[in-house]
Amino acid sequence: MEQTKTTAAGSKNHNRLHPRLPHRRRQRTWRRFRNHPGAVTGSIILTVMIISVLLAPLSPYDPETSNVAEKFQPPSWQHPMGTDALGRDMLTRILFGGRISLTVGLMVVAITLPLGVSIGAAAGYLGGVVDNILMRFTDSALTLPSLLVLILLSAILREVDLPVFSKNSVITIAVIIGLLSWMTFARLVRAMILTLREMDFVTAARALGAADLRIILKHILPSAIGPIIVEATLELGYAIIEESGLSFLGFGIQPPTPSWGNLLANAQENFVKYPWLAIFPGLMIFITIISVNYIGDGLRDAFDPFKVLEKVGKV
Amino acid sequence: MGQYILRRLLQSAVILLLLSILFFALVNLAPGGPLAGYGQSRHVQPEKAEILKRQLGLDKPLTVQYIVWLMGNDWMKVDTNGDGVAESQGTRQGILRGDFGFSFRTREAVLKVIGARLPNTVYLMVITLLIAILIAIPIGIISAVNQYSAVDISITTFSFAGQALPEFWLGLILLLIFYAWLKNPFTGESLLPAGGIHTIGSAFSLVDWLKHLVLPVATGALGWIAWYSRFMRSSMLDVIHQDYLRTARAKGLTERQVLYKHALRNALIPLVTLFSLDIPYIFSGAVFVEMLFSWPGMGQLYYQGALQRDYPILLGILMIGAAFILLSNLLADIIYASLDPRIHYR
Repeated sequence: MEQTKTTAAGSKNHNRLHPRLPHRRRQRTWRRFRNHPGAVTGSIILTVMIISVLLAPLSPYDPETSNVAEKFQPPSWQHPMGTDALGRDMLTRILFGGRISLTVGLMVVAITLPLGVSIGAAAGYLGGVVDNILMRFTDSALTLPSLLVLILLSAILREVDLPVFSKNSVITIAVIIGLLSWMTFARLVRAMILTLREMDFVTAARALGAADLRIILKHILPSAIGPIIVEATLELGYAIIEESGLSFLGFGIQPPTPSWGNLLANAQENFVKYPWLAIFPGLMIFITIISVNYIGDGLRDAFDPFKVLEKVGKV
Repeated sequence: MGQYILRRLLQSAVILLLLSILFFALVNLAPGGPLAGYGQSRHVQPEKAEILKRQLGLDKPLTVQYIVWLMGNDWMKVDTNGDGVAESQGTRQGILRGDFGFSFRTREAVLKVIGARLPNTVYLMVITLLIAILIAIPIGIISAVNQYSAVDISITTFSFAGQALPEFWLGLILLLIFYAWLKNPFTGESLLPAGGIHTIGSAFSLVDWLKHLVLPVATGALGWIAWYSRFMRSSMLDVIHQDYLRTARAKGLTERQVLYKHALRNALIPLVTLFSLDIPYIFSGAVFVEMLFSWPGMGQLYYQGALQRDYPILLGILMIGAAFILLSNLLADIIYASLDPRIHYR
């Protein structure tokens, strides 16, 4: 069985010039990921989280309508996470807040990934002056105290009503976080390209007359895909933390729209008397981040070509 | 080496200059301009706003404003009374000479306000980082030396959890436990104070200062402990498999000598670089911790400044912070080169 698979994948691979992940390697990656307990648990938790957040509208309560008669109810069967100062069901608000927080996270990845990858790819492949300028730029961006700049930007934008970037909407927050966090992708991709472009299959492609852009897109990036996916996963976690931090300080998503960060900010006044207001939103952030980090760790192990040797004790 | 330092200093100066343009443009191109923040703290009538604009030089083109902000205006005549005629000599010295202007809110010199807050932040952050490193290094080593053991697994699990704990939530939970729930059995007071650097109005007492330190330091340090112990573990694992350790063992050194004399020293070197890359994050830690625990430092100052859109304060902290980060990065590279004989800077 194993024998036939190998030859099938092997012969398929011979017919291609560009090294997409061969079938067998993809399968090995998946098998290693499945064997990483943290990553599997993380994936299950995150899947449950995403499904419940998507099902949030099924809740019998409205996330924004107040019901003062039921304010500050402790957790009960009716309100598993209690109610807030305006009598709104916390579980419903947390689920709707999760939609916002996860959306911001995904949008940040959608912004930073292409931005960072193209900057890194250009710097690494073109080299010379381009590399120098782009990398100085990246290094300077890395020295910024990003939270302080985020606060400045959102303090300015909070009062502004531009067409797309109205008053710290989800898009505004995602864009400003994205603009301050593409640098890890750029450095990662540049470093990978510096190694990969010296490899034989790239020389072969160049000898056959492939253009620079084609070599980068079709030959180099597919080989660099593993670390990029790992970094994207971790970036999702960072972005969620940054959004909640910003919203916690009052500069992110503005109430009444709930996000995990501004729910925590709201809890601050009353959390000594009504601790559930502070416990649950933070717990959601914590569970999400730890799941994402474990998934990232599992993916890193799964994509690492040296991992098997390490387990045997050779490296 | 001297030439390298000089080149890096010049590069840093260029970066700072570009940053100053960026920050200045951000604040001044924002709709409402810098006065939007001014109007928030005091009610300014439209005709008064015009006079105010002339007095503050905001009627000039942006490039002139930037140059004045950078280099001062004591070489030109300015319109002090706002009647439209420039009659008196300017007094501003510009940020290059340490004049960051005046806070919109308190009318105090920005540098004076920052100077009053800086020691409090340095005090808190130095203790936080010191404690974090003193805990993280040993547990990282223990973890690496006993790779895949139960101890290692619990330490790595802890460090995963610690990295996923946002400071602002950890702080709230610690306040809940040590301020709201746990009481001193003798006095019935809260076990630990909710905030501040010491009890206001009481005479100096070391116990009081230490009590006020516990929660902010714990909140700030946990994430760093998690992060550095994980890094220490992998750095130590890298070194453990190097050939020179096999040589050291072959010479007949004890395992203890091999680990602490040969492995640890080399495993610590990358920590210098990591630390310098992490300095920007110290600022964000300061914002959350100081805001949660009403700690009168730079983070709290920045947070309040942002709420009130007190732009001179924000720009002052950003520029001084950026300069500090650039200098410490350079310092870290120099230290790295002197620790690692394989590295030469040209």
